[in-house]
Amino acid sequence: MDALPKWADVILIPVISILLAAVLSALVILAIGENPWDALKLMVDGALGSTYGWGYTIYYATNFIFTGLAVAIASQAKLFNIGGEGQALLGGLGVAVVCLYIPWPHWTLALLGAAAAAALFGAAWAAIPAFLQAKRGSHIVITTIMFNFIAAALLNYFLIGALKAPGMEPATAKFAETTHLPSFQDMFNFGETTFFRGAPANVTFFVALAACVFVWALVWRTRLGYEIRSFGESESAAKYAGINPTKIIMVTMLISGALAGMMAINNVQGEAERLVLNAAEGAGFIGIAVALMGRNHPFGVLLAALLFGFLYQGGAELALWTSIPRELIIVIQALVILFTGALDNMVRMPLARLFLAMRRA
Amino acid sequence: MDLATLLQMLDATLRLATPLLLACLAGLYSERAGIFDIGLEGKMLAAAFLSAAIASVTGNVWLGLLAGIGASMALSLIHGLASITFRGNQLISGVAINFLAAGLTVVVAQSWFRQGGRTPQLSGDARFDSITLPFAETLRDVPVLGTIYYELISGHTILVYVALLLVPVTWWVLYRTRFGLRLRAVGENPAAVDTAGVSVVGLRFAAVAICGVLCGIAGAYLATALQAGFTKDMSAGRGYIALAALIFAKWRPWYALFSCLLFGFLQAMALRSDVVADVIGFALNGQLLDVLPFILVVVLTGFVGKATGPKAGGQAYVKER
Repeated sequence: MDALPKWADVILIPVISILLAAVLSALVILAIGENPWDALKLMVDGALGSTYGWGYTIYYATNFIFTGLAVAIASQAKLFNIGGEGQALLGGLGVAVVCLYIPWPHWTLALLGAAAAAALFGAAWAAIPAFLQAKRGSHIVITTIMFNFIAAALLNYFLIGALKAPGMEPATAKFAETTHLPSFQDMFNFGETTFFRGAPANVTFFVALAACVFVWALVWRTRLGYEIRSFGESESAAKYAGINPTKIIMVTMLISGALAGMMAINNVQGEAERLVLNAAEGAGFIGIAVALMGRNHPFGVLLAALLFGFLYQGGAELALWTSIPRELIIVIQALVILFTGALDNMVRMPLARLFLAMRRA
Repeated sequence: MDLATLLQMLDATLRLATPLLLACLAGLYSERAGIFDIGLEGKMLAAAFLSAAIASVTGNVWLGLLAGIGASMALSLIHGLASITFRGNQLISGVAINFLAAGLTVVVAQSWFRQGGRTPQLSGDARFDSITLPFAETLRDVPVLGTIYYELISGHTILVYVALLLVPVTWWVLYRTRFGLRLRAVGENPAAVDTAGVSVVGLRFAAVAICGVLCGIAGAYLATALQAGFTKDMSAGRGYIALAALIFAKWRPWYALFSCLLFGFLQAMALRSDVVADVIGFALNGQLLDVLPFILVVVLTGFVGKATGPKAGGQAYVKER
């Protein structure tokens, strides 16, 4: 539809959708007997009121940038990768294996090695659904969902078996000192004043920013990116132009899985410094909301990831100080997915009519 | 393994297969009409919560069942609105519904009952009782057949029999009625249905509504028959297992029954891993048994065979202008 100018499509519609989601969330808070305005103030204060809060917000946002980019690049080829959660879990397995069994001399090398392993494991986990979609016609959404469950079982199997450290907990041993990534606290320590004290944000955030630039350049500045977008726009036209659908599906999903897997350098290597059960904590699914809100563009993904980082940290503060449970964030996440994804036309159609009327007048 | 243990396992199979079967048939109506539904899980969960909540407050399980169906229908309505009226992405809508249910059930449960996101334990009339079929007591002592009748066939809640009965009913509706023919047609070629002067939107909404009712029963079964109350995330992936069963069954009702029974049996095996270890001689990993349905479906319908769904599945219908 060309009835809408570009700025309305890129800014106005997402903003209206988010406002709708916000209003409904406020109603939910009101319905359970709390004050939405107070809740918002508490969230802003807890997530953005101190460098400690910012440290958490940025830490969560780093996770969501990776998973958001993973969903976004798959969406460019009209593939819906709902398996970011499983791919991120497998990425964690890769990070753990590399960090536990290789004696790294320095964290920079450990970061490179762990990122490569995380990407490899994540990509491998996306490869089977991609192959089944490209060659056998199994629906990629269904297979990636199933692979999330299989991944969770696989990690459970390793964490109570081969990789388990002595003790009761199903977790690996702590990684060696030389693999520990510098946190924001280490980086922004100026003698007298230490910023981000105790917060888990770490150097991975800059890797995530680099990943945004990489995805942007790949999608809009390379031949492969052009092929991916053409395939997404029209499979038959792409085929006619000599683009190999099998190759595009495979390559796109491998990149997508690698991005989701790389989230693990943030949460496994950067924060926990060991592998625990359910390490991804649903970040793979938040990637869906982030990509939808960010309109599948890396810059949009970055902004949306920061917003969800804020919601996550703010939500944790809410659960701490009020009787509102943490699950409220899942409701907000659902509403964002609903309004920016599924009910997009509900906002778009009346708006298009409005713009048409304005143009005629 | 003796007969008694075997019967116990099969009995558990039937109980565990029931919610899968109800959800699977729900998905069957929806997907046969061309509406993908990955929101089965969320609808079951919402129904489980509201049925347990209402049953616990009123003490009447039938009111609970109605409330559960209502909750599931409300989510179905959202799905219909998003994917039929506004022609949005059906998969994304399903994802949103799953999260909406996962979040709202806990938030509301905490607000209503203050028990950490669960409902109070249900007992008495707030739960579905098991039914003893006629002559079960008298025939109990008849060797083998009487035991099977008493232990396995008799003694379930009414919803188990409803679910089993729904298999032939669904077959009859889909393949022997005008409505069923149109429903299947709208999933294969909506334009043809439209040309014949039948409302595509109406048919699809009807299918989504039926799906809502069945998911509602499935959820109510979870909270008021299988368990005694709602606990956080109690559907535990059953909606997705039902989807896997639907693909395994290639979208056909009788096959759906068999695949749900198979997957129910796998769940029963995971519950009684001691018996399994006894029979095969070594212990199987319980986690592995839990995801075996998914592995089976990936291998058998991906690598070995092929399962192709209704042709128009997942696509919104746009009338030509």
